[in-house]
Amino acid sequence: MKEVIKLEKIAKSFGNHQVLKDVDLSLSTGEILCLLGPSGAGKSTVINITLGVEKADGGTAYVFDEVMPKRELLGKLGYMAQSDALYESLTARGNLTFFAEMRGIAKDQLAAEIERVTDIVSLTDALDQEVSGFSGGMKRRLSLAISLLGNPELMILDEPTVGIDPALRRQIWSELYKMRDQGHAILVTTHVMDEAELVDRVGLLMGGRLIANDGPKELEAQYQVNTIEDVFLKAEEEGQND
Amino acid sequence: MTRTFAIAKRILTELLHDKRTLAMIFIAPMLILTLMNYVFNITSSTSVDIATVHVEQQMDQGLAKTKNVNVKHYDSKEAADSALKDQKVDAVLSQTSDGNYDIFYANTDSSKTAATRKILANVFTQNKLSGLSQQVATLSQRVGVQPNLGSNFNLNESYSYGDKDTTFFASIMPIFMGFFVFLFVFLISGVSLLKERTKGTLSRLLATPVRRSEIIYGYMLSYSVIAILQTAIIVFFTISVLNVEVLGSVWNLLLINILLALVALALGLLVSTLASSEFQMIQFIPVVVVPQLIFSGIIPLNTMADWAQVIGDCLPMKYASNAMTEVVLHGQGFGQIWTDLLALFIFLVLLTAGNIFGLRRYRKV
Repeated sequence: MKEVIKLEKIAKSFGNHQVLKDVDLSLSTGEILCLLGPSGAGKSTVINITLGVEKADGGTAYVFDEVMPKRELLGKLGYMAQSDALYESLTARGNLTFFAEMRGIAKDQLAAEIERVTDIVSLTDALDQEVSGFSGGMKRRLSLAISLLGNPELMILDEPTVGIDPALRRQIWSELYKMRDQGHAILVTTHVMDEAELVDRVGLLMGGRLIANDGPKELEAQYQVNTIEDVFLKAEEEGQND
Repeated sequence: MTRTFAIAKRILTELLHDKRTLAMIFIAPMLILTLMNYVFNITSSTSVDIATVHVEQQMDQGLAKTKNVNVKHYDSKEAADSALKDQKVDAVLSQTSDGNYDIFYANTDSSKTAATRKILANVFTQNKLSGLSQQVATLSQRVGVQPNLGSNFNLNESYSYGDKDTTFFASIMPIFMGFFVFLFVFLISGVSLLKERTKGTLSRLLATPVRRSEIIYGYMLSYSVIAILQTAIIVFFTISVLNVEVLGSVWNLLLINILLALVALALGLLVSTLASSEFQMIQFIPVVVVPQLIFSGIIPLNTMADWAQVIGDCLPMKYASNAMTEVVLHGQGFGQIWTDLLALFIFLVLLTAGNIFGLRRYRKV
């Protein structure tokens, strides 16, 4: 186990609005960390600071033991955004090739790598079709495939299962578990509470603070409820009573 | 470098799939140039209708003999004036009791007013001359000397640019060649980066180790290819189909247009960061693009007020138009246009630096 992400006392404001206050968070290889929180709690900001899109006002973000933002580190992580973010007029292969080149994957490994990731998301048959003709689920799978390029040690996925059918959701999660078991570190945000039941650790973000950070079973015991959904609701209630 | 090429290749592939945009880039300029050529050819000779009210016969005949003038006779000033109101005539010429002339212009078309003014002056001079030569003839008869009024001579006309059929279109054509490149590259590149931003592909791109400069250079590379193709088509079309003469080197035209396209690209990318939708991008046309055309030299810049000329100096299109005009109409080479090219280059460097820095908004490194 190697620590891949380490956020120390991260604070971030946009204008007068403080989005994050003193957030400490860490993620190691072979672990899936799920960030939960209501809209506007700062999940995306945590991801953006980890990616170096934003710079923290206070505290330090370490990724692979180096201080973010650092451009070179981005080659070692795979990122999947909330939106599909695909070039619609290109084929699936065109999209994969382009992003592989951006990630700096060597030319001689390109074809094999594209084959590997499309096989994982079962898009091999649609590889040479234009993305504009893809269904929503296919686009999502292609988006995931792009983030898998280069088999990055760290995966950051912002709501990977939003708007897709249950079968595909299961497929994506089984892929994520498989990657974890192979020693990848995975940071994921979600709105689907039962997805959080099966991860290794849940970080609960509310009002810009990380109010809980533990395994799902431990959290359920701590809040004396049976599901993560109830943990979420109870935490939200307590937050409002404060 | 490989990333720059990959980005350029991707942008060009995307464009190739977008048939309508391709048609806009390559066919629309040809269509507009053809229309302009047609319009300026048929209005190239201004003919004027002049109403005359009781003027000397000599004056009347003098006018009638002049080319492109229709003389209409009216019995009263009132009738002539009302004809002018009804737009039947462009000017009313009447003679006062003391022998002076009054001319009343409609002046709704200043070119017709100017033409009438010139025609009248000519007729006056001619009448005076024929009067003079008559007097000389009578005087010489009285003195008994045969006057030598000089032999007839011919005037041979030749032209530095074009021929006797060259129209106004020829003088604005070089400006429009550049303007089309400017307009299309500005719009398409701006919308293209905007789409990357709104669709999220820019965020995804910036989550890879790509440099911000590599993204901007990728855009530049792909749009210089577009500019080269567009210029080549426009130049070929104007020379071979519209029969417009280009005195200077076509290579210099390409060079000017590539630089102009890159400036338009950098400006389009920069402006697109201020827009949040394609619709808002279109709204920048009157603010950013139209002034470029106004100060491009279609209206001669040296006739403008000093402060207006200063505005023109700040717009890249002015330098491109100037260089294009020098090459097309005056056949000048690189030695004459390098200052304009330098000005374009300075715009390019500043705007590009602005863009590379501006992408910091989307990623801090």
